[in-house]
Amino acid sequence: MFDALSDRLQGVFRSLRGRGALTPEDVDQALREIRLALLEADVHFKVVKQFLERVRVRAVGQDVLKSLTPDQAVLRVVRDEMVALFGGGDAARLQGSSRLPAVVLMTGLQGSGKTTSTAKLARWLVQGGHHPLLVSTDVYRPAAREQLRTLGQQNNLQVHHPESLTQPRAILESALTEARSVGHDFLLVDTAGRLHIDDELMAELEELKRASQPTEVLYVADAMTGQDAVKSAEEFHKRVGTTGIVLTKLDGDARGGAALSAASVTGCPIKFAGVGERVDELEPFQADRMVGRILGMGDVLGLIEKAELIVDREKAEEQVRKLRRGEFTLEDYRDQLGQVRKMGPLDSVLSMIPGLGNAAKDVDTEQGERDLRRALAIIDSMTPLERREPSVLNGSRRKRIAKGSGTHVEDVNRVLKQFVQARKLMKQFGGGGANKMMKRLMGGRMAQFR
Amino acid sequence: MANSFLDRFKQGLSRTRDILNADVGDLLRGRRPLEPADLDAIEEALLAADMGVPAVAEAMEVLRARSREVWTEGRDAMRGLLRQELLRQLEQPAPAARTAARPWVVFLVGVNGVGKTTTIGKLARAERAAGRTALLVAADTFRAAAAEQLQVWAERTGAAFHRGAEGADPSAVLTDGLRAARSRGHDTVLVDTAGRLHTKGNLMAELAKMSRVAAREVPDAPHETLLVLDATLGGNALAQAREFAKAGGVTGLVLTKLDGTAKGGVAVAVVRELGVPIRHVGLGEAAEDLVPFDASSFVDALVGE
Repeated sequence: MFDALSDRLQGVFRSLRGRGALTPEDVDQALREIRLALLEADVHFKVVKQFLERVRVRAVGQDVLKSLTPDQAVLRVVRDEMVALFGGGDAARLQGSSRLPAVVLMTGLQGSGKTTSTAKLARWLVQGGHHPLLVSTDVYRPAAREQLRTLGQQNNLQVHHPESLTQPRAILESALTEARSVGHDFLLVDTAGRLHIDDELMAELEELKRASQPTEVLYVADAMTGQDAVKSAEEFHKRVGTTGIVLTKLDGDARGGAALSAASVTGCPIKFAGVGERVDELEPFQADRMVGRILGMGDVLGLIEKAELIVDREKAEEQVRKLRRGEFTLEDYRDQLGQVRKMGPLDSVLSMIPGLGNAAKDVDTEQGERDLRRALAIIDSMTPLERREPSVLNGSRRKRIAKGSGTHVEDVNRVLKQFVQARKLMKQFGGGGANKMMKRLMGGRMAQFR
Repeated sequence: MANSFLDRFKQGLSRTRDILNADVGDLLRGRRPLEPADLDAIEEALLAADMGVPAVAEAMEVLRARSREVWTEGRDAMRGLLRQELLRQLEQPAPAARTAARPWVVFLVGVNGVGKTTTIGKLARAERAAGRTALLVAADTFRAAAAEQLQVWAERTGAAFHRGAEGADPSAVLTDGLRAARSRGHDTVLVDTAGRLHTKGNLMAELAKMSRVAAREVPDAPHETLLVLDATLGGNALAQAREFAKAGGVTGLVLTKLDGTAKGGVAVAVVRELGVPIRHVGLGEAAEDLVPFDASSFVDALVGE
């Protein structure tokens, strides 16, 4: 996500690093590079201009030139300004209403991902203890309403589907009545995709807004959009008063500069990010974290959170105790590998670690996952004795394990070698809680795939 | 016929053109000598058209190198130069002519939401209008109601339709579809594939497999693989193009949603990257809103006539 942009900015600052004080020319050089990087990342050229001006004013100001670590100072300025550009801090919540249901209007261009996002948001609401009702007012695209209904059936979401109605407004009103009588607290309205210059359809959207008095009007934006994103986001904002943005398709490698621009020109916060095709792949958007990633500062907070979610703290502490007594066995190693695997795709984990954003790209993720699965299979093919006492593993035992796990003796040997390394590594570090353990673990895993 | 297509194309691009003319056209109108600052403004306008940094850099290099000689001749000369340069970047071998192969198999591929299914509907109409029978194969078994959407298009255009169960293996659906097409003697098979992000290795591998499966059922199939690009796409389209080309080869491009204000300059970048022609342009949601690409009109829209 945003990988290429962070690469470039890292390149800029690497060349600035370690030269003591910066000259104004240095700042100019950095700004030129940042300009190019932002343009390549699809940030709107007008937004780039404003952004660079703000950075320049602050960077040439005394805080940077006099700073002992000027590159850090520039980085901080860029970071702060970029967070501001994203529309400020964390905004992932939907405005409720005392008058039920609170209506959320999902709007956007064709193909931006409105229907999928509608289902994702509904699921997110359900998980938060809400009772949303869904309705599609897209009477234009063939089978659009069918799509939402199917998504509802697959995911246990309530979808209002008045088949006999063919007018968006009538469908909406029927859904409002249904939501009130059943007592849903949210009504999510999936609208038809439309071009911002299609006056007729934009007028229809205004009418839907008047009829439903929504608490939220979300603009669904595709992270892959180019320079035009600004124009459409602005127009939607002008016509129907967007309250927030849902950024979709962030699981690709789009740099997403357009999204940055859309948020900046409308002043609307990005509330959610779609990070996959499955209905549970929606994340609250967090601007400061995302900027941290763009700038290669890593998402340490996210990593720790993820690790804490997965790692069984007691088990981790138990492992540390064992280690101290020199009892770290293959069984413990297997648990660790399993935990790493639970954290998700290797590259997404790696990209959260400061300074490793680039390394994440060089790693062959699929190969890494395959190696991991193979290592687990090999350890699973051992007897409990072998796992506790790897020293008993003679040639014939290794042959048997290879056969049992569908691998070769060399693979078995490699896993054993990695285990010995991991044990040595862990002994060196010693002590520490679950988080420290995870970090060490990640270090070990990196070494395997470098 | 050809003329009406061209008119349609120009009409569809008018919005694109109006907006760009304000950017580039005004800059390049009249005989007032150019100033260095004008070059920066041109660069910005081209970037704003999503042409991408490499393509723009190349164009600007040409303009700068020749700027002195046109400096005094004024802006019209500069526009001519820019026009020429963009046409050069869009230059490409003509698409391989359709052979007598029957069925003629066409894959539509691309990331999610670019308009693959709608484009198939439009292509089906064109096939029918040319007096050929067409079979639409719904190999998008992932997205909810994707097959239903395609079925509506089949009914609208009088094309035959083949689908599998939702969640079925797309290659299996394709195999059945191609066998049906052979036994019923359809002229053309249009295959709607599921939208996939080019970064998902397993989904790209699935696409490569579908190409192999097609070749097993029908010699040399797929005869065409059209990558659908959305005119609003930014620089990411380049990465998409590369990966899709790697997965199964791309023989042509379809540029959709050109009826908005997006300039679709990204097509220049992609043509440059892949060296394959833009075949069709989507100008709206109706079945007749797909027209052949015309480089000259497209460039006119970019730099003003």
